[in-house]
Amino acid sequence: MQAKESKQNLKRYTIITAMDNEAGVLSQLAHLFSRKGYNIETIAAGWTVDQNVTRFTIEIYSDDAKVKLLCDQLRKLVPIHYVEILDPSNAVRRELMLVRVHAADRAARNEIIQICNIFRGSVVDITSDSLTLSVTGDDQKTAAFETLLKEFGIIDLARTGIVAIERGEM
Amino acid sequence: MNTTSRKLTGSEILIQCLIEQGVDTIFGYPGGAILNVYDKLYDHKEITHILTAHEQGASHAADGYARSTGKVGVCLATSGPGSTNLTTGVATAYMDSAPVVFIACNVNSDLIGRDSFQEVDITGVTLPITKCSYIVSHVENLADTIREAFAIARSGRPGPVLIDIQKNATADECEYYPVTPDEYFSSTNNRIARLKATHHPSVGYPDIDLAAIDELAELIDKSEKPLLICGGGVVRAKASQEFRTLASRIDSPVAITVMGGGAFPGGNPLKTGMIGMHGSQASNMACDACDLLIAVGCRFSDRVTLNPAGFAKNAKIVHIDIDASEIDKNVKTDLHIIGDAKKILNLLLAKLKRDKKNELWKDYVFSFKRETEYDDPGDGILTPKEILSAAAEILPQDTIVTTDVGQHQMWAIQHFKFDYPGQLITSGGFGTMGFGLGAAIGAQVGNPEKTVLHVTGDGSFRMNCNELCTEEFYQLPIITLLFNNSTLGMVRQWQHLIYHERYSQTTLNRGPDFSKLAEAYGVHGVKISDVETLRKTLTEAVSAILNGDKRGWVLDCRIDIDEMVRPMVGGNSFIANFMLD
Repeated sequence: MQAKESKQNLKRYTIITAMDNEAGVLSQLAHLFSRKGYNIETIAAGWTVDQNVTRFTIEIYSDDAKVKLLCDQLRKLVPIHYVEILDPSNAVRRELMLVRVHAADRAARNEIIQICNIFRGSVVDITSDSLTLSVTGDDQKTAAFETLLKEFGIIDLARTGIVAIERGEM
Repeated sequence: MNTTSRKLTGSEILIQCLIEQGVDTIFGYPGGAILNVYDKLYDHKEITHILTAHEQGASHAADGYARSTGKVGVCLATSGPGSTNLTTGVATAYMDSAPVVFIACNVNSDLIGRDSFQEVDITGVTLPITKCSYIVSHVENLADTIREAFAIARSGRPGPVLIDIQKNATADECEYYPVTPDEYFSSTNNRIARLKATHHPSVGYPDIDLAAIDELAELIDKSEKPLLICGGGVVRAKASQEFRTLASRIDSPVAITVMGGGAFPGGNPLKTGMIGMHGSQASNMACDACDLLIAVGCRFSDRVTLNPAGFAKNAKIVHIDIDASEIDKNVKTDLHIIGDAKKILNLLLAKLKRDKKNELWKDYVFSFKRETEYDDPGDGILTPKEILSAAAEILPQDTIVTTDVGQHQMWAIQHFKFDYPGQLITSGGFGTMGFGLGAAIGAQVGNPEKTVLHVTGDGSFRMNCNELCTEEFYQLPIITLLFNNSTLGMVRQWQHLIYHERYSQTTLNRGPDFSKLAEAYGVHGVKISDVETLRKTLTEAVSAILNGDKRGWVLDCRIDIDEMVRPMVGGNSFIANFMLD
């Protein structure tokens, strides 16, 4: 609870880092966050054009001074290639959310599908009393989608965590 | 590159790689998982292996060897408890940036993850206390991992590295090509090449910011009250000559941190002494009043800065360090220069506008006491100052001093005049009680021609005195100066000053009789309670060692239980607020 309250004075940062794609790098990375006292909000990883390199997108709440110290610490890890803090005005941030929701009757099903269309989501599975939806967006969009679906009864929900990339130069 | 390849077992490759690195001395302890390596070691008499009583002793010995010789220390241990016993030594080396390669073996790859006998994830355990930890499960990866580990341990900000080799990788065979460290470091086809290309701090650092050097020269020119802090980075960068030149050209008083001991000559008139919690009045008052503070290779630990908010409150703070992650970590600085201290100081010296004289400022600073100027009451009981004055006078000036942790450590640093980097070997960052004897063993093995003094207390010595058997067996004539006050003196001092004399679990009114214990281990043991006996014994020890008696000495000096380290500033208090003066 304390962490949530103190978050209000903090900014959300998107940190991008690439590491050698080898066993143990995720635990090295996660370990450093915890031992220096940072909470990871989301973390997403996958290899890049070079399969030997894994790229992580990590989001945390912090302040400028602390996030600079964290990045300097991260840069000391031997498997790290680079560490950058993304400027939110010049970045695209997306996560994928899968949600299975109660759809007991036709009316509910139609309404859910309409909401899903507005969010440019898709229906990925359907049963007689449930729908599974997929939606992509930044954390605000997925949160809004989740809020709207709550009244139908969410059975299960999964997020990938944010992945982010810098926009190209105009 | 030498292209003659041979098919060798992993154990043989490990030893060949150590030879590539110029390693001739290693410390360690055998066991089941590392048997193949020890079997090969049996054939390699060109590598001296020092067998300690306990892996922790070996870890500190490799550290003491590294710090006193400037080479990379090497320590071997087996899996499970063998490797977890290293961890205090790994953390000690990490906190003090000592280059040590720890090599542990683990169970066979096919037994990993099954809670096999003596299996532990030592790589995971040591992640936060190493520059890098490696797992080797295939013999093909072994040679390059060892080469990379040595390169990383000694490069950039030095530090310990751990390699965990699974037993099958020590038995399996593969092709081995010899590669020298220089060839490896300049190769374009390995991870070091990638690290260098990206200016990775583990092996290098960005180009030095020349504008910041100009700015610092400007600040120095304007300053009338400069203070230099000499940190452990000056020792590691071998920058003591440049540091001394800077101090003398800008006529600045010099405060030292615990880790900086030896990097600035103890007898230099500009030295104010230690700074911080047990800093001298001259150091701390200078810090409080200076208008420019230049800290070289120090990380502003809480024992130095105390309350960071009021630290050097009238000064522009300038931080020179090799590690970017130290900048603004503990103290907010006005200017920083990241890089090798030796290079930075040389660039700075070339940019100084003029040599300076700061007579008024020095008069002010040195109107306060330096630590060695405190008087003893002289009530007949042996005092720390008497003991250390006698030792400093009788032992050769180039004696290497190792310490454990506590009051005796502070006294030793206050009273000895260390003249060269590597002369003082102490656990400054991690504060490891039990470090001193192992470190002394490593220092003596690495410096057979020098006298090694191990300063300890009864609490610290009791922890790892088992290494007396190592000292005796390898004929290492270490002189142990034991400050025996029958208490954990530093903790008692806090209990006295802060905890209303509630001496909870600090009184050590118990055995052993340390002089008898020493005799049992086969080294000289002497009980000492007056300064005449001490002087006589030290003289006897020095002449016995000179005459080829390679037995060590334990001088069990009885001091008063209520002796305190003075001066003292309470934790998180302001640096000029002395609790004890």
